Amino acid sequence: MTELTLAKAITTGLADALEADDRVVLLGEDIGKLGGVFRVTDGLQERFGIDRVVDTPLAEAGIIGTAVGLAYRGFRPVCELQFDGFVFPGFDQVVTQVAKMRYRTQGAVKMPITIRVPFGGGIGSVEHHSESPEAYFAHTPGLRVVACSSPQDAYSMIRQAVESDDPVVFFEPKRRYWSKGEVVTDVSAVPSLDRARVVVPGTDVTLVTYGPLVQTAVDAALAAEDDGVSIEVIDLRSLAPLDEDAIVDSVQKTGRIVIAHEAARFGGIGAEIAAMVTERCFDRLTAPPLRVTGHDIPYPPSELEDHYLPDLDRMLDGVDRVMGVRV
Amino acid sequence: MLTIRPSTDTSTRRDRLSRLIAPDGERLHDPDLDPWVADVFEEQLLALYEDMVVSRRIDTEATALQRQGQLVLWPPLIGQEAAQVGSARALRKDDFVFSSYRENAVAYVRGVSMTDMIRVWRGSQFSGWNPYDVGMATPTVIIGAQTLHAVGYAMGITRDGDDAAAVAYFGDGATSEGDTNEAMVFAAAYDAPVVFFCQNNQYAISEPVGLQAQRPIADRSPGFGIPSLRVDGNDVLAVLAATRMALDHARTGDGPMFIEAVTYRMGPHTTSDDPTRYRDKAEEQRWRELDPLERTRRLLMAEGALTDERQASVSARADAVAKELRDGCLALRPHEPLSIFDEVYADTPPSLRRERDEYAAYLASFDDADGANREAAR
Ligand SMILES: Cc1ncc(C[n+]2csc(CCOP(=O)(O)OP(=O)(O)O)c2C)c(N)n1
Ligand SMILES: [Mg+2]
Repeated sequence: MTELTLAKAITTGLADALEADDRVVLLGEDIGKLGGVFRVTDGLQERFGIDRVVDTPLAEAGIIGTAVGLAYRGFRPVCELQFDGFVFPGFDQVVTQVAKMRYRTQGAVKMPITIRVPFGGGIGSVEHHSESPEAYFAHTPGLRVVACSSPQDAYSMIRQAVESDDPVVFFEPKRRYWSKGEVVTDVSAVPSLDRARVVVPGTDVTLVTYGPLVQTAVDAALAAEDDGVSIEVIDLRSLAPLDEDAIVDSVQKTGRIVIAHEAARFGGIGAEIAAMVTERCFDRLTAPPLRVTGHDIPYPPSELEDHYLPDLDRMLDGVDRVMGVRV
Repeated sequence: MLTIRPSTDTSTRRDRLSRLIAPDGERLHDPDLDPWVADVFEEQLLALYEDMVVSRRIDTEATALQRQGQLVLWPPLIGQEAAQVGSARALRKDDFVFSSYRENAVAYVRGVSMTDMIRVWRGSQFSGWNPYDVGMATPTVIIGAQTLHAVGYAMGITRDGDDAAAVAYFGDGATSEGDTNEAMVFAAAYDAPVVFFCQNNQYAISEPVGLQAQRPIADRSPGFGIPSLRVDGNDVLAVLAATRMALDHARTGDGPMFIEAVTYRMGPHTTSDDPTRYRDKAEEQRWRELDPLERTRRLLMAEGALTDERQASVSARADAVAKELRDGCLALRPHEPLSIFDEVYADTPPSLRRERDEYAAYLASFDDADGANREAAR
């Protein structure tokens, strides 16, 4: 057990994955000498060599497209896309090739590709550096879309993602890169990649979120306790496929659900969960499912990003509403 | 140096850098470039020098503001003043620039005010100015995307029967993106009056240009049917001449042209970057000796044009612009929160209006008595 930042937990996970399987290769812009703009691959090129930790030309379609070829050839590519806003030049390769290859070839060709994407806002940056594009990917069958929220999950999930024979889009909450936590590197006992996790048990309201907002939700649960409201916080971990049973089990207990994410509301993960819960728990619900999300606008300039991002107060406001507190 | 027709094999000539001012300040001659700067005498050269000094001063001031927490980020252009000023001074008012984030000296030359220049980097707006006011689009952060925009704009110029040109500014790294290569295909297909102006500053963040291109970047466009020039990007006169030539080529119906301006990013990629991780001091020193300002200063000194008095007035102008930048920056006030809902659509749809109203009510709940009670109860 060691204490690591979330970023270093991923570094450690990548190093252990490179160590465990010599077919694992890392591809990305500035991931070598620089160690990535967030230093997540720091030291890995030095340790594993330039053939396994590869600085690529500046072309995202190139990174994903060549990863497809490498996967065809039996490698396990781990691609870094530098920021959430820069995934789109590679998007075509992800949705038309990576996601469909197994289906297209009746299972003959697998795509064990991991696509790492630092995502989310709250870092006071310029345009295209604070986005949450996960729903675009989650809408695409064939992709596993996950988001980690803690150093332990960051470590375990990156190991599981690399080992997965399915393509995994791996979202990293960039504003939590520097948060610390204990990490065990034995992943035999950790939940599988497609399972959600109850972070805080509770009885009155289910608060579902993922990535950067998990910490905010935990803080909200703590604050609500003072008001006598018991929140159960669920960290989705897997956005697609969804661990429906974990959410349903919780709602069966609480009868109320709030879903929070930074991404815009329309067509988001929250909409999917609200619909699913309505379909499966309609009789048990004592309030309509409620979403606390980014607004349906482009991510705004950073001076106003706090008005876009759901925070503790907006989460508690959502909880108040499903609890029937008039506000 | 110049491939007028792509079929002409000039690869060896493209290996050579076209130059009009040597690093030591000597005025060199180049039969292809000289005619394009025949009207540039001391006074014009002094003006170019002043633009470069001002640009560097803008850069230092903005970097300082970022260090003081007044800007969220700044992409320094230090080292690239000649490439930016020389090319931008070749443009006409009715030409249109599509750039990346680093072309702040181009913006200055186009007439962008200091306050407008700083808005994006203060995190206050995504577009600091109205593109139509200055003939320059908002800086594009997505690498390479603007090259296609320039080509499309140029296609529009042709349709309108105009003789203006569009210019795409981009970096060496951007030449790897699909967009940039598609832009060349389109430009060649339609003989679009566009100048591709690539500042090869040797780096894409930490990646040396050798990762993007195994041959000089200027070698690439002829394969698309676009003639190219490789010019010393730290030589303001050569850059001016080359850009004038390329613009003339575009305006007179000969279609696109590609310029590789070979230069060096003397500073970090942005204020968040740490270049010591990927390049050494010796290399930086080698390029410092090729400093674009210094060589122009040497030429002006040799010609006796840069008197003490003139140097003082150049410095005074730079200080004044820096002050405008600082004052403009510090005077910027955050926008009103609900403005984030503006200009998403031509007409805000009812659903979004409702979202905005809900958020307004939520914000108001913190002010009124109920809100205060709610907060107190918590
Ligand atoms: C599509 C895309 N991918 C990645 C990035 C991140 N990024 C920002 S600048 C940069 C390097 C650009 O290098 P170059 O084109 O040479 O321009 P320079 O910064 O040197 O002016 C990278 C990779 C981005 N902005 N857009
Ligand atoms: Mg560059």
